This record gives sequence, C-alpha cells and structure tokens, in this order.
Amino acid sequence: MIVASPKSVTELKNLIAPHRKVLFVGCGTCVTVCLAGGEREVGIASYAVRMARKIEGKPLELTQITIERQCENEFIKDMAEPAAKADAIVSFGCGAGVQALAERFPGKPVYPALNTQFLGILEEQAVWTEKCLGCGDCMLAEFGGICPVTRCAKRLLNGPCGGSTEKQCEVGDGRPCAWQLIYNRLKSIDQLDRLDAIVPPKDWSPSWHGSPRKIVREEHRV
Amino acid sequence: MIQLEREEIAAPVSTGRWEPRIIAFCCNYCAYAAADLAGSKRMQYPANVRIVHTPCTGKIEMEHILDAFEKGIDGVLVAGCLEGGCHFLEGNLRARQHIGRMREILDEIGVGAERLKMVNLSAAMAPAFVERVEEIVETVRALGPSPLSPSRRKESAGKS
Repeated sequence: MIVASPKSVTELKNLIAPHRKVLFVGCGTCVTVCLAGGEREVGIASYAVRMARKIEGKPLELTQITIERQCENEFIKDMAEPAAKADAIVSFGCGAGVQALAERFPGKPVYPALNTQFLGILEEQAVWTEKCLGCGDCMLAEFGGICPVTRCAKRLLNGPCGGSTEKQCEVGDGRPCAWQLIYNRLKSIDQLDRLDAIVPPKDWSPSWHGSPRKIVREEHRV
Repeated sequence: MIQLEREEIAAPVSTGRWEPRIIAFCCNYCAYAAADLAGSKRMQYPANVRIVHTPCTGKIEMEHILDAFEKGIDGVLVAGCLEGGCHFLEGNLRARQHIGRMREILDEIGVGAERLKMVNLSAAMAPAFVERVEEIVETVRALGPSPLSPSRRKESAGKS
C-alpha cells in the first residue's frame, strides 16, 4: 500500500490561511490503513486546525468528508456537493489523490495534508517499512522475493557492499542488510545458485527516471 | 461521541470570579471507583471537575478530548489504572501515548499542554484521586481560562 505521514498542524494551518470555508477530504484506502488520512485523522486535524484558527481570531468554516478512494473519479463524485460550497479543498490522500481532486475541481485550490512516503507494508502496529520502489521492471524472482533495488541502501544488484555489520546495514537506523536477507532467503528455498549469475546493469528507463509513466491495457479498454 | 453541552460544563459555583472548568475522564475499573470511594468517605474535592465515566482510558478517542477543548473546557484530566494494572491489559498504556500526542497538538495550536494531564490510580486510592484533582484545578487556575473558553472570549471582547 501507499504509506504517508501527516503534515504538522501548523503547516496545515498555514496552507489554508487565506481561506475561510474549507473542505477536508479523507481517503478510505491506503492512507486510512496507515493511520494518516482516514476519517479519524481528518477528524483530529479538523479539531486542531479549527481551534488554532479560533484562537487567532480567524474562525474557519470547516466541513469534512471521507470518500472511498480519492484516486478514482467514480468516488470523487460523492464529494462534489460539499466541494462546491468550499473555497478550498485539503486532501488527506496520497499525492495521486491530491492531483485527482485538483483535476476534478479546476476552479478550487487543492492542498495536500500528507507527505506521501513510499510503497510499503505494516511491519508491526504503527510501523511501516518500504518494500517497493515501483521501478517498472520487477527483479524479485532473482533475489528470492527480497528487493535489493528498494531495500539495499546502495541499490546493489550483485551482492553486498562489505559494509554491513552483524547483519545490519552500515547506513544504520536499525535496518537489516538486504543482501544478508537475500542470502538467507535463497538458502532456505534452496536457490543459492542464483547468486552465481551476474546481474547486468539495470535499465532504469521503465522507472520514474524515464518520464511520467502511463499504462494502457487495450484488452480492458471500452 | 460524548456530547458535552455548555450547561454540563458550566462554571461550578457563581462566586463572581472565574473558576476553572475541568473534565475528568475516569476509567471504570480504577479512577471512577476511587472517585466513588472518595464520595463515600465524604472527602472534599473541588467542584470544578465533571466526571465522565469511561470503560477504559484506552477507549478515549483523541477527538473526545479535542471536542471538550473546542467547547471551551479549561482543563482535562484522564485518570486510568496503575501501569500494569489495566483491566484490558494495556489500555492505559495506549492512552498514555495518545495523551502525549494530544499534549503536543495542544501546545502547537496555542491551548497549552499543561491543560491536559493523565494520572494513574487504583480503585482504592481515593485520597490520591482527591490530590490529583486538586493539583489539576490549581494548575489550570494558575494558567487562567482556556483561549477557547467563553469567559476568555468575553474578557477579550470587553478589552477591545
């Protein structure tokens, strides 16, 4: 899922400083699961920003709604009515959600309430880690299902760098050495021979280094 | 959501001077029983506090606390079980983390973290309950009305 983290109340308040009627829009998918932009987080942020504005003597007329998915037009329809009444919209969705709303409401300023971080998984309660970079050319089969492109700090494709200590990456922050994980995993599935193959330099053109990506699946077009 | 009406959080006694209004969210298994015991023992504590009976401090949503502050309450006391003694094992520990985050938000928006406090008690600790209530009443009295309190707003309206 897409993992995001909330902006501070002060930053949020400054973003909407010029506006009086504002709509806070939550998203019921990824950012709800990562506790950043769901109905509850929208509610808490609403209270905080409303109180901050009241203390400043500039009361805010704030409405809130949480739609199923901000990245799909079908669901954005649900917020058309409250959006029409607002001077500005604050999206608690990921970067895709913010842009989808901005496209759908060309006459309204749309501000982001979150910092979109990465594609990851829930490691334990309230801890998320990055697992996928979205490089556009998945190599997980070669590495036993552990991605060195994402999880090795140096993005090395042909073995570890030699800087790891006690299975920990030298970059620190408690992150494990991805290559140690790959070795362990390949050993446990009896595919250590995969490490004999030399992986050629990666073609980064299908990744974001190329240009904004677009996928068209003709078989599903209507 | 607990609906707190203005009348319910109205000033406790009309002495002519400002009195802090405080809500105490009390866990059923400890602080609420401690408050009850304090009452049975005829112990006196400030009438500035209104008690809200909760099943566990871990069940108090952040929005409940923010709602109280938005409605103009001057202080909030969250009273849960002693650490390690939660009826639901770790509800009070979760509450402590939530309260920590709430205090950061209250500081950031200008209400002030000191207006929100969490304490841990057992059901037998009636005197401690009374002390904790007296402490928060004194803390909030020294801070003055909340910037969102109707009395503060009346004051500033009078000044301008």
